[in-house]
Amino acid sequence: MIDWSGYLSLILQGAVVTVQLTVMGSALALVMAFLAGLGRLSRFAALRWLATAYIEFFRGTSIFVQLFFAYFVLPFAGVSLTPLQAGVLALGLNVGAYAAEVVRGAIQSIGKEQYEACIALNLSRWQCMRRIIIPQALLVMLPTFGNNAIELLKATSVVSLISLADMTFQANIVRSQTGNTLFPFTTILILYFVFAMIITFSMRALERRMARGLDGVRN
Amino acid sequence: MTEPIIKIDAISKSFGTFQVLDGLSMQVMPREKLALIGPSGSGKTTILRILMTLERIDAGHIAIEGEQLYHMPKNGGLIAADERHLTKMRQKIGMVFQLFNLFPHMSVIDNVTLAPMLTKGVARAAAEKRAMELLDMVGMSEKAKAMPAQLSGGQKQRVAIARALALQPKIMLFDEVTSALDPELVEEVLNVLWKLCAETDMTMLLVTHEMGFARDFADRVLFFDRGKIVEEGKPDELFRNPKQERTQTFLRKIIAAGHRV
Repeated sequence: MIDWSGYLSLILQGAVVTVQLTVMGSALALVMAFLAGLGRLSRFAALRWLATAYIEFFRGTSIFVQLFFAYFVLPFAGVSLTPLQAGVLALGLNVGAYAAEVVRGAIQSIGKEQYEACIALNLSRWQCMRRIIIPQALLVMLPTFGNNAIELLKATSVVSLISLADMTFQANIVRSQTGNTLFPFTTILILYFVFAMIITFSMRALERRMARGLDGVRN
Repeated sequence: MTEPIIKIDAISKSFGTFQVLDGLSMQVMPREKLALIGPSGSGKTTILRILMTLERIDAGHIAIEGEQLYHMPKNGGLIAADERHLTKMRQKIGMVFQLFNLFPHMSVIDNVTLAPMLTKGVARAAAEKRAMELLDMVGMSEKAKAMPAQLSGGQKQRVAIARALALQPKIMLFDEVTSALDPELVEEVLNVLWKLCAETDMTMLLVTHEMGFARDFADRVLFFDRGKIVEEGKPDELFRNPKQERTQTFLRKIIAAGHRV
């Protein structure tokens, strides 16, 4: 009979790395999403071009290749990243490209009458964007951002391929050491699911909080 | 002699192939209360939207207090106005919309204080004090903390009026401000307009289908059809003895539709 507790703590160490990757990757993705999403809507053609190029490139190539590129090819250009840095970079840029389209779509869903009220009140474009349009668009973005965050969580497993010891990497170690597949993979299956649920429920809570007052019901 | 506060000179505007305004000229004197009436598509709302810089003109000139709205002087000539010039000119003008256009994610008082704080650098305390005075004037001070979604249409419109007033414009544009309201709510908004008329010396341009109100309220009524002023005059004259056939037809239709004249 194998004593599983040591192997479990090995997997849990990997879970910490997975959480780190998810949190930092999401943070980078969020920043990129707003930069590129607003860039797509810019008055300046150069910014629109740049944003479009970023989005199409990172949506159009595989995250696996992007990760390998960040970790194995960038050093030739003099940029050496740790596995964690490379993972965060690839995940953040990749998911950020998808989320940028969410930002753009949500901003475009806000009615033109809100922009007209801004002009009539003499707000600048930026004031209007920041105080009027984005706060309303954020509510439209949140559910899809939740999806994006879950996609990112699941994509973290590719970093095991550059030998970063995330949950999937550790599960493989346990499998090769014990010859047992059921225990490590059932464990990480449950852990991925629990993490995804945490994201889902946090997003829902955030959504409820932000929608407060908009429907005429006092909370 | 006083100079007109608004001087519109031969402006044209098309939406695609549809020419809304074709060489329109008109003037408005300071403190004048003007009612713009006419069938839909006649261009009356477009004039307000052009004055608020929500639509650009294809040709012609507009001067507000003697200063060009869409043009600015350069090297002895006039060039198209930039955003900075427009921002300066917009300070003179406020607008209230048919569908209120309140900011749904902000409370009533935040709707009113936002623009003075952001565009004029008014401190929050001062902006809130002024906002409460304005909300009091429109009878909405008790709802200062409410969200727009909790208000009736008439209440929303009164907040929208207070919001526009907070920037102290010299010219106020009212675009069918009662058209979206249930009949029993129209009066509370019209009462606010009466109050503004009595207590301020703003120039007011009103696009409306409330003929009874236009008659009592306005110093002058302009009847628009197909982008042109067909007839204008003192309300009593224009409503009792319209001279043009198109004006007569329009007023007959309006009365048949149950509007008071």
